Amino acid sequence: MSAALIIHRAGPQVTLQDLGRSGTLGLGLSRGGAMDRLALFEGAALLGQDPNCAALEMAGLGVVVEATCDTRIALTGAEMTASVDGAPLRWNACHSLPKGARLEIGGVRAGNYGYLHITGGVQTEPMMGSRSVHLAGGVGGCISAGDRLPILADKGGDAGLGLSPSSRCEGGTLRVVAGPQTALFAADMLDTFQNTSFARDPRSNRMGVKLNYDGDRFGAADGRSIVSEVVVPGDIQITGDGTPYILTAESQTTGGYPRIGTVIPADLPKAVQTPAGATLRFQFIDLDTALEIEARDAGARHALKSQLKRLVRDPHDIRDLLSYQLISGVVSGSEEEPK
Amino acid sequence: MIQTMHFPDIQTLGTDGLLVRFGDSLSEPANRAALAFGAALERDAPDGVEEIATSLVSVFVRFAPRNVSHATLRADLAVRLKAQDWFAADMPAGRRLISIPTVYGGAHGPQLAKAASLAGLSEQDAIKELSETQLRITAVGFAPGQPYLGFLTDHWDIPRNAELAPVPAGAVVLAVRQIVLFSVDSPTGWSHVGQTAFRAFQTDHTDPFRLRPGDEIRFASVTPEEFETLKSAPDGGATWGQVE
Repeated sequence: MSAALIIHRAGPQVTLQDLGRSGTLGLGLSRGGAMDRLALFEGAALLGQDPNCAALEMAGLGVVVEATCDTRIALTGAEMTASVDGAPLRWNACHSLPKGARLEIGGVRAGNYGYLHITGGVQTEPMMGSRSVHLAGGVGGCISAGDRLPILADKGGDAGLGLSPSSRCEGGTLRVVAGPQTALFAADMLDTFQNTSFARDPRSNRMGVKLNYDGDRFGAADGRSIVSEVVVPGDIQITGDGTPYILTAESQTTGGYPRIGTVIPADLPKAVQTPAGATLRFQFIDLDTALEIEARDAGARHALKSQLKRLVRDPHDIRDLLSYQLISGVVSGSEEEPK
Repeated sequence: MIQTMHFPDIQTLGTDGLLVRFGDSLSEPANRAALAFGAALERDAPDGVEEIATSLVSVFVRFAPRNVSHATLRADLAVRLKAQDWFAADMPAGRRLISIPTVYGGAHGPQLAKAASLAGLSEQDAIKELSETQLRITAVGFAPGQPYLGFLTDHWDIPRNAELAPVPAGAVVLAVRQIVLFSVDSPTGWSHVGQTAFRAFQTDHTDPFRLRPGDEIRFASVTPEEFETLKSAPDGGATWGQVE
């Protein structure tokens, strides 16, 4: 039997995600893919593989798994409690996962979406060019206890490397560019919008982040007569009752609600990882500034592998010292930008 | 026509998208322009373009700004827009005509009577008209594979219902001179006038998205008994041809 990751237990929303689909937007299926795309790039850097490798996205609560062969894993995104056979594991790092060892990932410490990557990526059959499950679109479903996910035999590589990403799980300011309907909002309302503190509503999901706020409701002039058109991830849709939704991976493909602007891709990881209780604000920036930020962000993703640091371990934490590769290896990089 | 005084225009959408709009409301010429322009871009995509998505009266173009600048792509699109009168363009070639068996009224279309009355027709005349009209898929969207169809004659310019009601996948619903064939179970304010066994999105099919913008559809009337036997047929008994 080929190698597998056996799922012993899974939180309520654990799904397989890569970078999503291209080419189905005009047919009613949005891009989908990981909510926190940066987390996929981090996992890829840690394991020396392509960022489009499929990983387990864990919303709030993790999994208990074992592998049927020796392999390596990486943990990124929102930090969760994690251990192998009872020995705690550092988040934002890659680790050995020996055959039959019990990997337990518990509740989230901060943020919303944690990621479990495995060497080579999970090998389910791609559907329409991607292994991403699209819950809203009815493409695949959640991972549950008893599932056996096909994986590849590990060709060997480093374990015990870490990254120190800047925090994106504590809220903050999201930068926004204007879009086709921004001008439908009065100038003073745009000012107020940028001076308002927003909080994530617990009913947020992979389709969108719903935001709550105090104060006068936002709305567009003539907002009811907009002919529906394509929407993109990051668009901030203002529904009829003035509620903003940041549209995310599994949004509907078209919408007729006015959109006040679009959160730039570099800030979407923060938009989706900000937990209820933290504060989000918006700041409009011009397109040229946004494009500079995006270019820098792409460069930073590409440079992640040069930021890897060997984890400093307390030998007492290491149950079986010999199971670790203690010789530093060359990190083989294939972290190309996705098409 | 006032429409052409402001449109087409090109708008920025996000950091890596441009939206070409042919109107600010739905009309046959604006939809024709969007479908024709989108198809032309698909045939001969500008450098750097990664995805093209046509909706009711607009075409979205996603691109890689590292490969082509906003200004360059915008200029390229502007040249293509000027090359012809897209509002009077021929519809793209290769469009299909699909006849989908539909049971109207009764439990399968509980709002037919009310919709017919708003259109000033008897139920019988409404069924005759709806089943004989060849409708164009003006857009596929919102949910996977879900087609929007136009345009019914003026007396079908009936409003959406204030109350949302749940309809099953395959439901034929109408409002404002349009029909939507639901691809998923969903609540809707549109009037549920008929039911098909057609699934517009089939993940296990080699061609999961069964319909494309520009295809034309006839919702051919069948009896409830015939409908029962067609439920298990591929595509709910739909037959496929070409638009002449």
